[in-house]
Amino acid sequence: MGKSSSRGRTPSLEAVAGNGLVNRRALLGRGIALAGALGVSGATGAAAEPLEDAPWSHAFGEVTPPLQTPSRFEKNVVRALSNPNGEFRTAHARTPHQLLNGTITPNPLHFSINHGGIPDIDPAQHKLVIHGMVKQPLEFTLETLSRYPLATRPHFVECAGNSAGMFSSEPIQAPAGLLHGLVSNAEWTGVPLSVLLDEATIDPNAKWLVAEGGDAQFLDRSIPVKKAYDDAIVAIYQNGERLMPGNGYPMRLLVAGYQGNMNVKFLRRLKAVDQPAYTYFESKNYSQILPGGKTWRFHFLMEVKSFITSPSFGQHLKEPGFYAISGVAYSGAGRIAKVMVSADGGKSWGEAALQGAVHDKAFTRFVMPWRWDGQPAVLQSRAWDEAGNVQPLRAEFVAARGQTKAPVKSPLAFPNQHYNSLTSWGVDRKGEVAHVYA
Amino acid sequence: MSTLEMFGRKTLAATLLAVTLGAVAAPAQSPPQSPSTASPHLGRPISEADIKNWDIAVLPNGVGLPAGQGTPQEGATIFAEKCSACHGEAARGGVAPFYPALVGGPPLTDGIETRKTIANYYAYPTTIFDYIRRAMPYPAPRSLSDHEVYALTAYILSLNKLIGENDTMDAQSLPKVKMPNRDNFIMPYPDRI
Repeated sequence: MGKSSSRGRTPSLEAVAGNGLVNRRALLGRGIALAGALGVSGATGAAAEPLEDAPWSHAFGEVTPPLQTPSRFEKNVVRALSNPNGEFRTAHARTPHQLLNGTITPNPLHFSINHGGIPDIDPAQHKLVIHGMVKQPLEFTLETLSRYPLATRPHFVECAGNSAGMFSSEPIQAPAGLLHGLVSNAEWTGVPLSVLLDEATIDPNAKWLVAEGGDAQFLDRSIPVKKAYDDAIVAIYQNGERLMPGNGYPMRLLVAGYQGNMNVKFLRRLKAVDQPAYTYFESKNYSQILPGGKTWRFHFLMEVKSFITSPSFGQHLKEPGFYAISGVAYSGAGRIAKVMVSADGGKSWGEAALQGAVHDKAFTRFVMPWRWDGQPAVLQSRAWDEAGNVQPLRAEFVAARGQTKAPVKSPLAFPNQHYNSLTSWGVDRKGEVAHVYA
Repeated sequence: MSTLEMFGRKTLAATLLAVTLGAVAAPAQSPPQSPSTASPHLGRPISEADIKNWDIAVLPNGVGLPAGQGTPQEGATIFAEKCSACHGEAARGGVAPFYPALVGGPPLTDGIETRKTIANYYAYPTTIFDYIRRAMPYPAPRSLSDHEVYALTAYILSLNKLIGENDTMDAQSLPKVKMPNRDNFIMPYPDRI
């Protein structure tokens, strides 16, 4: 890792890479001293106004409601919609990552894709059946599943088409939530599927489960029994409350780290079979064309990936000085092992701090201290997972997976699937952040 | 069965589950649990006959295809009435940007963003039958009879010149139709199956 170009302005703190990246250990326990050393506090020296109480402190406040909603000042923190008028086609709602932090996506902001609208399911009427190559077909209800000992785990769910706009031959100018908003991370609680399959006594020759939802497409996918016994659950809680309707209420399949579409929502049926069904979604949408015309099928895995959420497109750095570069990293193959960050378009890299516990197949928040000197910078992140997989550089990725012939205009388009290369944010001298390729 | 045997056969998780649930799953006076009762067993037994109306999955080898049959000519009439409003006359698309043509398709060598179609992409003809039956028409899924689904499948295959104009599609003939792209797929993670 290069330690180039500290430009002589970083005081006592160790630069770990070019263009102002500071050793992540600077984040540990130094607080204000760090900010001072980085040349932020008292930088302006403007005269302060004498403090007065604010008017809201001098009156009895609002009613405390049964179900609280965000402050009226947070009205812009909403999902971006692809089909706001409910036309007879797929609807997508994308998580606004550029406005969030931490690792858990709040339920109202969890991404959602619905190919046949959101069914209005009465949980007392909903049934899940397990049948096919089993000794005893079984029928479950939400009430009976709720009596099982439940597993609780944080996991990301990512649409295979997330970040599809990154296949564009030129960078689409759009915020992180439009480019990467089809991934979210929640704490899921449910019954391990292995327990239910054992109770039905699945035939050893059954290699696949056809999982089917109760939506207006009866959306179905073929799931390897191997995955069912590895870590699949029938999820009935999302971040501690019942599932959101758009996320599969009252129950969904959770196959952590696999294509979002395989996490079948509104789950009503699991049929054990000896071969995959080649359903519509695994035959067409969630299968990819490779350069040269060969195609992938049963890709399953959402591979290691990261992107910076702040600073990111659309944000404005008001002045040179200290900023925390922050983003999320995740891998369908396991835990995040390491995230490297560059501020000079990949010429030099420094290792970011990983916040909090690092969970299997879940968002990990990374942070990198940065002193912006007011000059152009290109911010990138690159993740490694515990299985040794590394997020490919864009040149490597494009060589293997290709890009579009013409620039893609809409961030809502899906020119291909399974993009997991880098995202680059270019900061100009005015502090404006654009999407660039580097 | 002895306790030792029971622990030997179960995973640690299942054993913990059995211990946790002992009081719930069986009255105190019950004999020691065997592995088959260690799990909560709250599912209600149901017969395949009672699942039949839900069991619409179709496999590429034809398992799950229902009785019935249809021809391209019959399908053309049904298509004009129930499908062309979105998919266009003779399935040529173009009614709205969201509803695809069901006929033709460029070669997959045209680029990674090439439009995937029945003719240039699908691996098995059973997928067409299955998706029409479970999801079409978009505003009224499951409103078509199996006969109508066979006829529409035959019509679309015929438009794409994958079967003859007079070929009848049924549970025997449909799985035998070979799709042009069937052998062009690679499985990236075969060890995950």
